[in-house]
Amino acid sequence: MPAEQTTAAAGDTPGNGSRADSTAAREALNQVDHRPGSAKPDPIVVADNVTRQFGGLTAVDVEHVEIQRGVITALIGPNGAGKTTFFNVLTGFDKPQSGTWSFNGRPLSGVPAYQVARMGMVRTFQLTKVLAKLHVVENMRLGATGQSGERFLSALLQRWGGQERQITDKADKLLERFLLDKKRNDFAGSLSGGQRKLLEMARALMADPELVMLDEPMAGVNPALKQSLLGHVKSLRDEGRTVLFVEHDMDMVRDISDWVIVMAQGTIVAEGPPDSVMANKSVIDAYLGSHHDQDLSEDVEEEIIAAAEAEIAGTTKTEERK
Amino acid sequence: MHVGLTRIAALFAAFFVAVVVLSGSAQAAVPSVSAGGSAECALPEATDDDSISILVRICDRRDEPQTPVEGVTTIVEDSSGQVVGEGTTGADGTAIVDLPGTAIDNLGQSFTVRIDEQSLPEDTQPEVLERTVAINLDSDQSVTFPIGAAEGAGSGIGVQAAQLFVGGIVFSVLLAMAALGLSMIFGTTGLTNFSHGELVTFGALAAFAVDQLPGAIRVGGINITVAVAVVAAFVLSGVFGWVNDAGLWRPLRRRGTGVIAMMIVSIGLSIFLRNVYQYLAGAQSRNYSQFSATQPWEIGPILLTPKELIVALVGMAMLVAVTSLLQFTRLGKATRSVADNPALSSATGINVERVINLVWIGGAALAGLAGALLGLTQGFDYQIGFKLLLLIFAATVLGGLGTIWGAIVGAFIIGLLTELSTLLVPAEFKFVSALLVLIIVLLIRPQGLLGRAQRVG
Amino acid sequence: MDFQTILSLSLQSALGPTAVIYALAAIGLNVHFGYTGLLNFGQAGFMMVAGYALVSFPIVLGLSLWLGALAGLLLTVVLALLLGVPTLRLRADYLAIVTIAAAEIIRQSIGAATLSDTFGGQDGLTGFIEPFRALNPYTGSIGIPGLVTWSAFDFWVMTVGWVLVAISCVVIWLLMRSPWGRVLKSIREDEDAVRSLGKNVYSYKMQALMLGGLFGALAGFITALRSASIGPSFFATDVTFFAYTVLLIGGAARVLGPVAGSIIFWFLISGLGIFFAQATGGADPLIPASIMTSTQASLMRFIFLGLGLMLLMIFRPQGIFGDRRELAIDAR
Repeated sequence: MPAEQTTAAAGDTPGNGSRADSTAAREALNQVDHRPGSAKPDPIVVADNVTRQFGGLTAVDVEHVEIQRGVITALIGPNGAGKTTFFNVLTGFDKPQSGTWSFNGRPLSGVPAYQVARMGMVRTFQLTKVLAKLHVVENMRLGATGQSGERFLSALLQRWGGQERQITDKADKLLERFLLDKKRNDFAGSLSGGQRKLLEMARALMADPELVMLDEPMAGVNPALKQSLLGHVKSLRDEGRTVLFVEHDMDMVRDISDWVIVMAQGTIVAEGPPDSVMANKSVIDAYLGSHHDQDLSEDVEEEIIAAAEAEIAGTTKTEERK
Repeated sequence: MHVGLTRIAALFAAFFVAVVVLSGSAQAAVPSVSAGGSAECALPEATDDDSISILVRICDRRDEPQTPVEGVTTIVEDSSGQVVGEGTTGADGTAIVDLPGTAIDNLGQSFTVRIDEQSLPEDTQPEVLERTVAINLDSDQSVTFPIGAAEGAGSGIGVQAAQLFVGGIVFSVLLAMAALGLSMIFGTTGLTNFSHGELVTFGALAAFAVDQLPGAIRVGGINITVAVAVVAAFVLSGVFGWVNDAGLWRPLRRRGTGVIAMMIVSIGLSIFLRNVYQYLAGAQSRNYSQFSATQPWEIGPILLTPKELIVALVGMAMLVAVTSLLQFTRLGKATRSVADNPALSSATGINVERVINLVWIGGAALAGLAGALLGLTQGFDYQIGFKLLLLIFAATVLGGLGTIWGAIVGAFIIGLLTELSTLLVPAEFKFVSALLVLIIVLLIRPQGLLGRAQRVG
Repeated sequence: MDFQTILSLSLQSALGPTAVIYALAAIGLNVHFGYTGLLNFGQAGFMMVAGYALVSFPIVLGLSLWLGALAGLLLTVVLALLLGVPTLRLRADYLAIVTIAAAEIIRQSIGAATLSDTFGGQDGLTGFIEPFRALNPYTGSIGIPGLVTWSAFDFWVMTVGWVLVAISCVVIWLLMRSPWGRVLKSIREDEDAVRSLGKNVYSYKMQALMLGGLFGALAGFITALRSASIGPSFFATDVTFFAYTVLLIGGAARVLGPVAGSIIFWFLISGLGIFFAQATGGADPLIPASIMTSTQASLMRFIFLGLGLMLLMIFRPQGIFGDRRELAIDAR
């Protein structure tokens, strides 16, 4: 495992570079205990006793968690650990059975998703939700908050032209930054998976959020785009925003996160800086599986496939006998 | 897998035929038993003329067997309260009141039959003072007033409720069959099928077409033409379901047509089929050759016609058969798994298209059977299914769209509600009250009674 | 076969009061379905509430017809609220079923014999038209002689109706090019995305339901004025289905789609109706009575209508003027 990690770190110079000019917020994390639910010096999000059940299954059962302001926090864990559900609860897209959580000290229980977004906590989705039949620039314009033209009367009386020009300027700047300016007048549905992720991130920035919540930003993105996407996530932090993201891609987690929270079976089982969490052998074995830190070598992969095929063949046979 | 499916289908069909034939012969046998039980209080003979008569029979239930009550004045009023005829019961306890006008004039009307309490023997108390009869058929209608001891055995509202409950159960069973088909199709394909009502009508029409073929089918001297017609309607509706799926819906699924687009296609299909039906069958209300007028049995103060009982039994048997199929067989499990997650089912080796096709066949056969049986109980016209469609929707949504038990539970709630609501509101509001309940339930429990809330995001 | 008559009567229908009614109803559905993705299958209910409000003010309450129009608009908004509150948080098909049920509740309740003293039962209400007729500036018959003509009253209804259609189209155009319209179109695409960007989706859907219902109300007014009477049979479930067909012919999410759709729809429906009536009528009909009687002939246009709706939806879901890339139809 250490060998793997050095390779990853060595192959990623931009990551090291940005770590060098770390801000005070990140330094403050050095004093934080590496244990689940540890208190942060300047938390932007605090959640207590949040539980969410689906029928008999407890998807989320978080006793206490704090998210540090101004840093990139990763939320990781095996499939079914409740990461996305927790994300949904925090952003108002799902209602937990119990618990309190707050953003900048303002309690969020019962606050609908759109108001959470207006407070400055904007999310993206695991399966990108670009508006396929709207142009890219229209997608961007939609992201801006406080538009008077979105009120019925102002819309009818056409009192929105000036603001629309400002919004468009802002949208064009962001599109340029996210390398989407050439796609400005295309339907968003024509974008590739990675471009959709970029568009979603850029659109979220139209609202000037304090906290950006990214649900699996790397899922379905081709490797060529990954580096650029990583850079963009880091740039969010560098311009003073807080980032919380859910991710399966361990390289990305190691590369850009300042703090890692590990969830398993709905609870938080470990916290700490990436190196410390990843070195935690029990976390690795229990929650990430013993193959997490190495790419599946071909023979291991074949072994798994063979086992799976045998199993499928077996069940088919028994089924046929029935 | 193939062999298993065929065998199940064969068992299914055999079981169904058995039920229909058995109930057919039961129908022939049962009334004689009933008549024997109340031999003293004779069943009135139908009058042999062109006009419609109302035959009022008054029986004293304190005696066993029941005895006819003589000299009771009966009054018949039309729906506006106008007295149209009077009669006094004779020694056989029967009074015959001829309705004025020809049979055609009276079709579709309803009349209220009252008995004059003053004219009853001193120590007796009628359990029911008036009954309403709807003239739907060109034949005499008989009405029975059981007379009990002065204390009065049943209260008016209780008896009414019990009577409505029985009618509601019969209707619910039919509604449940139709709703189950809709729900299964929705569950596996995501299609909200607005032409499901036309599948119901198809069953009624198919049964009618077979029934109208010249000659009668007899087994051991019992005329089973209509029973055969109903079985034929069941089978033909299954074929029609296959045609629907193979000819229209499967190609649309292949094209990747969205569910909302398919919903609109189903509206077009509904308009198309409904007008084709009217083209072929005309706009008038029709009845099958048999069962047009049968004597109701009395179970306590409740009246139940043999055909209602048969319809309810066949329907119940069908529901039990289908739910058992879905619950316990491989095909049923495959169906439920496709309903839950088509992609995953496909990946685990289930032939999703085949399951969907079978669901269409089964769903349409159920709907068609419901239509044929509904036609049997109350007659039918070209839009019987379309009129039923909203109640079918209400039942499935109430129980939870796409759930099997939900559709049945929803159908029974809606079916009983439509009938029982007439205790409180005029009969013309009975559909309104059922639909209102649907909206209220959605307010409280959006996913339906048995539906699961979906995970968002 | 008299093609001159067929053409003339088809044109009369395509530009006449009925086409106005369906254009307005479809404009409403365009707001609901075309722009916002809401499946309102109860447009006939909105029309009926407004139409009966208009008529009831003079007939039942003895007040002004114009006050009735105002009340009709208000009641439509109330109806939209009543329907929207329970359903707009649910999946699209729930709204479809609840609205179609609500329209049927309204129709059966208003048409009930129990309430016939107030609303006239199945016979409906008449005798309210004088204030409207009094404003009619036309006399005689109007149109292009030899091609198409209308009675003075019909032409007066058409004048008012097409003016309303024009105003409605301008309103739709102004709204749908604004950020407000952008939010509606985005909701049609993916409401969770819109929610995540800080927009109150529920409120926008409610506004759309009300606005579309108001266009339905206008259609209800014209329905009553055109016939100088009103009855429950004018607002059957099929009215909503026809309005959807009109919308889909012209193209959903297009400002002029409903207008073009209505003209084309009524041209074809009338043309087919008259064609089959002529083909089966007279002493020596083109189609013998053994194949098709004149009663059956009157059904042919609806058979074609059903078939047409299916084929349109399958092969050209964007309608005649729609842009296939920008289409509401495949949205879940």
